Amino acid sequence: MTNTGNRVTQGQFSYLPDLTDVQIAAQIKYALSNGWAISVEYTDDPHPRNTYWEMYGMPMFDLKDPAGILLEINNCRKTFSEHYIRVMAFNSIRGVESPAMSYIVNRPHNEPGFGLVRQEAEGRHVNYTVHSYAADKPEGERYLR
Amino acid sequence: MSATNVVELKLPDDTPVDLDAELKASNVQEVLDKLDRELIGLKPVKTRISEIAALLLVDRVRKKFDLSSAIPSLHMNFTGNPGTGKTTVALRMAEILHRLGYVRTGHLVSVTRDDLVGQYIGHTAPKTKEVIKKAMGGVLFIDEAYYLYKPENERDYGAESIEILLQVMENNRDDLVVILAGYKDRMDRFFSSNPGMRSRIAHHVDFPDYMPDELLGIAKLMLAQQNYRFSPEGEQAFEEYIPLRMKLEHFANARSIRNALDRARLRQAKRLFASRGRKLTRTDLITIEAEDIMLSRVFEEADKKQG
Repeated sequence: MTNTGNRVTQGQFSYLPDLTDVQIAAQIKYALSNGWAISVEYTDDPHPRNTYWEMYGMPMFDLKDPAGILLEINNCRKTFSEHYIRVMAFNSIRGVESPAMSYIVNRPHNEPGFGLVRQEAEGRHVNYTVHSYAADKPEGERYLR
Repeated sequence: MSATNVVELKLPDDTPVDLDAELKASNVQEVLDKLDRELIGLKPVKTRISEIAALLLVDRVRKKFDLSSAIPSLHMNFTGNPGTGKTTVALRMAEILHRLGYVRTGHLVSVTRDDLVGQYIGHTAPKTKEVIKKAMGGVLFIDEAYYLYKPENERDYGAESIEILLQVMENNRDDLVVILAGYKDRMDRFFSSNPGMRSRIAHHVDFPDYMPDELLGIAKLMLAQQNYRFSPEGEQAFEEYIPLRMKLEHFANARSIRNALDRARLRQAKRLFASRGRKLTRTDLITIEAEDIMLSRVFEEADKKQG
């Protein structure tokens, strides 16, 4: 197994140990120096195709210092301590207009991981897909401690 | 092993303190000199700023000796009549604090009530927080801060904004410096109804009105910045102009001077245009003559009063 502990690996730095606040601040500083707008998002659905997470407040434009964003991140952690939280940096340059950075800054204590689902289709055909064990429960109750 | 390290790190009590070197390293003298050069008058303001600069510098040296003390609270309140240079000084303040390493980026976010207070329930908090986040790492300048609190309307959302500001001023002291500005009497009333605000602001600086000779100095400085200058007669005319303008209504110190100069430039351009037949030189382009000033409405009104 290359990914012990079923850690969700989405976005940047996801194979590294969790970033500390100082490291997060340094990453934010880099994004700000490029003029990217930064937003904080959360979800409790770890499926890799779950692209659009819930926004925690508005994206933050025109900031000069990471302290303000770190404040939002910590507020979000307090509210959604057992959710996945990611920080996104959006590059609004014409022609790019897409996220430039995205990394997870908070994850649930226990990540049960994914199971393989086999679906028998026509003939002897089998469809394969992944299914998150956590997603069996309704939204908001998936990672309750 | 670690014990010996600690002993080595701690400097002995009789280590000489070189404040001069520290001053040079911070480049703050440069900013203070610039302040002295470019801001005329404002004695109490300059004294206070150099005091703050000295405190921060000494604090930096103390840190080297491992003498920790609480981060000084640097929230400020600027009071003074219109046009006395509150915004200009606030901008400089951001730069000075940045040089001294007190704020991280040294930018100034200038806001008024409109930027902080929302229009409906639940609108104010996000709006205020957004402004605060923008100002983090720098200086938040709230112009005409007394408008935040409107005692005659108990449902006004300004109070909510003040509450959030107070919280941030206390908890995020190392992230941003808040500077309030406004006219003296109204600010005093504002503080008397918001004692929490008053106690969280350590520095109350009063900006005095300018004397006529200071205003003349300001005028010359403004002209020099725009590559103009007075002719000797022009300067004399402006010297006469200043006391007359000061007696009129709506006199706004340096701002009135700037407007007067803008109008003088208009008249100068008109005069140059009218004398097209003559050969013009560079001197003509940069000189404000007496007649450019004497044509002002202020002289007319002064004559009317006398007559």
